[in-house]
Amino acid sequence: MQLDEFFVTGEPLIYAGMVSIALVTISMLFFLTYYKKWGWLWREWLTTVDHKKIGIMYILSALAMLFRGGVDAMMMRTQLAFPNMNFLNAQHYDEIFTTHGTVMIIFMAMPFLIGLMNFVVPLQIGARDVAFPYLNALSFWSFLFGAMLFNISFVIGGSPDAGWTSYTPLAGAAMSPGPGQNFYLLGLQLSGIGTLATGINFMVTILKMRAPKMRMFQMPIFTWSTLITSFIIVFAFPILTVALALMTLDRIFGAQFFTLTGEGMPMMWANLFWMWGHPEVYIVILPAFGIFSEVISAFARKQLFGYKAMVWAIILIAGLSFLVWVHHFFTMGAGAFVNSVFSISTMLIAVPTGVKIFNWLGTLYKSKINNTVAMMWALAFIPSFVIGGVTGVMLGMASADYQFHNTYFLVAHFHYVLIAGTVFACFSGLVFWYPKMFGHKLNERLGKWSFWFFVIGFHVCFFPQYFVGLDGMPRRVFTIIPEWMPLNIISTVGAFGMGVGFAIFVFAILYSYRYSEREKTGDSWDNGRTLEWATPTPVPFYNFATLPHIDSQDAYVKLKQEGKTTFEEDEVEPIHMPSNTGQPFIMMAFMFVSGFGLVFEWMWMAIGGLLAVLVMMIIRSFDYDEGFHVEVDEIKRTERSARRL
Amino acid sequence: MTTHNKRIPTQHIVGFIVSITLTLVAAWAALQSDLSVRWIIIGIMALAIIQAGIQLFMFMHVVEPESQGGHVPWNMMFHGGVLATILVAGSLFTMSFGFTHDHDGDGHNQQQQQEEHNENEGSTENSSH
Repeated sequence: MQLDEFFVTGEPLIYAGMVSIALVTISMLFFLTYYKKWGWLWREWLTTVDHKKIGIMYILSALAMLFRGGVDAMMMRTQLAFPNMNFLNAQHYDEIFTTHGTVMIIFMAMPFLIGLMNFVVPLQIGARDVAFPYLNALSFWSFLFGAMLFNISFVIGGSPDAGWTSYTPLAGAAMSPGPGQNFYLLGLQLSGIGTLATGINFMVTILKMRAPKMRMFQMPIFTWSTLITSFIIVFAFPILTVALALMTLDRIFGAQFFTLTGEGMPMMWANLFWMWGHPEVYIVILPAFGIFSEVISAFARKQLFGYKAMVWAIILIAGLSFLVWVHHFFTMGAGAFVNSVFSISTMLIAVPTGVKIFNWLGTLYKSKINNTVAMMWALAFIPSFVIGGVTGVMLGMASADYQFHNTYFLVAHFHYVLIAGTVFACFSGLVFWYPKMFGHKLNERLGKWSFWFFVIGFHVCFFPQYFVGLDGMPRRVFTIIPEWMPLNIISTVGAFGMGVGFAIFVFAILYSYRYSEREKTGDSWDNGRTLEWATPTPVPFYNFATLPHIDSQDAYVKLKQEGKTTFEEDEVEPIHMPSNTGQPFIMMAFMFVSGFGLVFEWMWMAIGGLLAVLVMMIIRSFDYDEGFHVEVDEIKRTERSARRL
Repeated sequence: MTTHNKRIPTQHIVGFIVSITLTLVAAWAALQSDLSVRWIIIGIMALAIIQAGIQLFMFMHVVEPESQGGHVPWNMMFHGGVLATILVAGSLFTMSFGFTHDHDGDGHNQQQQQEEHNENEGSTENSSH
């Protein structure tokens, strides 16, 4: 293979990308070496098994991916506002909408939420770490290496260009030769391992590691949504794993599962993809619902209205999520009966979702609202998400869907649910738990600027797309007719508004790091209701010196009333903690090597990488490290200084 | 914590080797053997059932006298069964219900389906360019 086949050539934008990647890498290497931070990086981050640090690494990676996906989005919007400028050609446009979708769903939304889960859930249930800390580190590194494998595609080998749904036969070897589509398959496969492991991990953590006497129906609602999400992950992700493996066999080893020749069934890919893909959208929305519930109840300073109804609504949504997948391809032509069945099951989902909306409104009703940035994101979510939900029911009507299918109406709908739902929740949750993570709040004034730019930009960007969609503009086109121009230009203005909002948010992180007042207590917002606020800030690595007995919902409210803390000095006992280990990082680095080999069909590299992974698994199997004990003296010292006693 | 002695996890190693062997046998049956299609399918089905059994007995705590069967994952097995049913029945329902390829009932429907498919794909190809 020639070097110019290996690197992508001929596109000035991609050359600029290469240069910036090289510059960022060199400057990072320089700073790490200059400030002698390599040891720190390895000891504190690369080998950590602490759920809090892993959570923070997930969130930082997700923010980087949000930047990448956002740049993709703004490039697409630029092209559509000035279609005659030839900013992007058809091929480049195809690649960008593919990577935008994949990055945003798989490498931004999920990791962001999993990061928040990682940080918050063990603290909320009074656990000292997740059930399997080693596996948790493995999950993170599998996600990060999967994301890297997918992301390097635009400078090495060429990006995938068949859409984030990667429909066959277009995505098959016959019509998409070369490594591009393989990056999609292997990148998702690699990060999927991590997601599946995370699902198992949180399921066990929540079922087995709750504080003494905490019953299921006393768990905070975010923990509930994480538990149900874990169930969806465990049941849905194997379908994706198998579908990706089958397509990999098709593309690399000449099998005929989804091909046009050899009795393959291309539509079977769409069927399998959406059997995973629909539960996937609930994987990214249910934790978001959980975050909004926590934020709304904290800043409305009330117990969550209709807690039990909320829990049952989540469970019902999770169950229904496995019964609606065909609504993504009504136009395949499965016939009126099949479409009717799935049309009805789709509309049913609106019922439990409606219950949740009314519960949030019920919580807000007659409350005294603290208008913080976290709360503003949650308040903006409710009406915006309702617009997305209502248009979703419109799309759910099979006969009408023939009109909406593949138009910007659909694009507007799923951005309304995914941004107003998931992205707002990520911002809201990050702002809300930021003081717990970093020991200082984000600057509220900058937060409000970023909020208004982002939310107004969001509506300006996507509301017109409903109408341009009804006017017949199809999605995934790189050039448009004059009738669609005005609305598209408005849309582009909105997209850049969102970009400004994101930039202000990032600036707020840097500004607050420098200037924000450091937290003095653990209960940063003065009205924390759940156990995470009972810990001191910064949270000691073992989380809880003593585990409180829980006998009510909103455990911390009760603790405050009774004057109890998570540090009852006479009850302190030695705490058993897991040791740090570099194995997960190394194992997944080999997995990356193997995946990279498969992408270019260099079998020696793929097999070599897998053998190295096998060796790492054997080493792990005979690893008898039982962790260590934190002694009572050390716990007392740590707690006294953290609580300023 | 020190009560764990460094024993070799025999059960897991055996389970690991047997499950890989079963997979290799299935791959051999599909790619290399001279069996008829019917027997390949029956063979792979049988191997799959044995494979599931290996997983349950070697890794999933189905036999565990010391906990009186307390760790048997009945709940997950039930839900796994429900999901598998949805997957198979749902795919058959969506992918084949209402499609009539066997117009003249001569039993060559599969080939015909393939041809129709190619035609359809061909025509959409042409119209989109």
